[in-house]
Amino acid sequence: MEVNSVVQRLAAAVRARSLPWIVEVVPALGGLALHFDPDAPELPDATLQAVGALMEECLKAGLPPERHVGRALEVPVCYDAGLAPDLAEVAERTKLAAAEIARRHAAAEYRVLMVGFSPGLAYLGGLDERLSIPRRAAPRASVPAGSVAIANQQSVVYPYAIPGSWSVIGRTPLVVFDPTRAEPSLFAPGDRVRFRPISRAEFERTAAAEQR
Amino acid sequence: VSLRVLRPGLLTTVQDHGRRGLQHLGVVPGGAMDSIALSLANALVGNSQDQAVLEITVLGPELLFTEEALVALCGAEMEAHAEGETFPGDRPVLLPAGTRLSIRMATRGARAYLSVAGGIALEPVLGSCSTYLAGGFGGLKGRALRRDDVLPVARDAAALAARRYRLLSRRSARGRLGTVRWCAPPLTLPDREPIMIHAMEGHHFSSFDAASRRAFFDSVWQVAPDSNRMGYRLAGALLHRAEEMRDEILSGPTALGTVQVPANGSPVALMADRQTSGGYPRIAQIASADVPRLAQVAPGARLHFARCPLQTAIALRRDVRSRVAAALRGLAWEYGK
Repeated sequence: MEVNSVVQRLAAAVRARSLPWIVEVVPALGGLALHFDPDAPELPDATLQAVGALMEECLKAGLPPERHVGRALEVPVCYDAGLAPDLAEVAERTKLAAAEIARRHAAAEYRVLMVGFSPGLAYLGGLDERLSIPRRAAPRASVPAGSVAIANQQSVVYPYAIPGSWSVIGRTPLVVFDPTRAEPSLFAPGDRVRFRPISRAEFERTAAAEQR
Repeated sequence: VSLRVLRPGLLTTVQDHGRRGLQHLGVVPGGAMDSIALSLANALVGNSQDQAVLEITVLGPELLFTEEALVALCGAEMEAHAEGETFPGDRPVLLPAGTRLSIRMATRGARAYLSVAGGIALEPVLGSCSTYLAGGFGGLKGRALRRDDVLPVARDAAALAARRYRLLSRRSARGRLGTVRWCAPPLTLPDREPIMIHAMEGHHFSSFDAASRRAFFDSVWQVAPDSNRMGYRLAGALLHRAEEMRDEILSGPTALGTVQVPANGSPVALMADRQTSGGYPRIAQIASADVPRLAQVAPGARLHFARCPLQTAIALRRDVRSRVAAALRGLAWEYGK
């Protein structure tokens, strides 16, 4: 979490400088990628030294505070057992009641550490210690889109129906990734996320509205 | 004007230069594996660089052109026939209405690009017509072409074909096909094996044991059969990190041409449709100048890596860029531009 906080703040600082030779600034869990355009006329000759100097300059000027990086998002989640195939198993492994798991999951504030692996797939740091369990030994062949899952001190929200080995404890009715939307991804790196528990009825209503 | 797919070939997808600026949302640029052949294919029919074309992999499709069209096939050398004639590569060819173009096996290289004057007319998704197979979007419904698909081509493609063909110098007919007596230079086709690819030491290079570090640059690698648009699996030596360096790696950034080493020890070179991040150690980074050439290395072919520092990689890229620019200028002149 601490390493990633620096990654996000450094990413914001580099983006703010909008250098013409740096075409993409991509945070990952434990590192930051600066993709440069080798064809850009502005590309400094001593490229590595220039990147080093840029990092130093950003750090010296002071990185933006964490609360100024990313947006605050509230994401509705239904923790109904019918949408949470692994809730019983998680209850057994954590010795917590299903309602308590949902309460703890929704009580935390998360940070989007990285969006990757698959378009729109956000890795959220900040999971309640009591909910931190290893991945399931047997991955599910397909986890429905919107599934909210936990493992290894993190939570994810599956953008598509894809195979997964994280424990599914709920589902959001929101469309997490839609390439035809102006903002394709619900999550962006550095966002602060809270989950809001909703009823099954609200889940169905919101899901129907989102599909339109 | 439309293009009907009579036989799809092994893996035929719509591609352009890909989507930029979305990697932080997990969306990879993607686009044509051999971006140089894509540029040449477009220039050969007088298109701008951003037009969508077909990327053809190893075994080509059979296509029916409903109206007259000016097309070019560039990149890998493919056996191809149209109207009972051998279809010539690397040059503009005027196809009469109703032509069946049959593209068979690649005889050299792995990927060919078929351009049509006016371009393939699909709606861009996130700024590009490139097909992203893993994400299921872009191109034609986010998937490879299938039999009986119909691809829309620019509405004025037939008129453009006739007009542009008339501009060309040194025209020559081949039966009912109209073509020319010149061709584009092959800039990315592999020379003799093992094919030399330049690479820089990667972020985790020094964490590999001495034997693995030597083997990476000294040994010959074979492109495994399950290589694809996401990555090339390289068969040969098994690479391992030194025992004291086997700490867990947090998922880190990747780039086009990053070489990762999964736990089984066989390196994977990440290609156009790679994931934007990865949790395996990164032993090397292939010079971007050589990525289009790597895209033309077919499964089964052998290659080796030549070590180079970043500044050399940038110089190689400038060199390739100026050769591509010269070729594109030459093709523009053929159209009187």
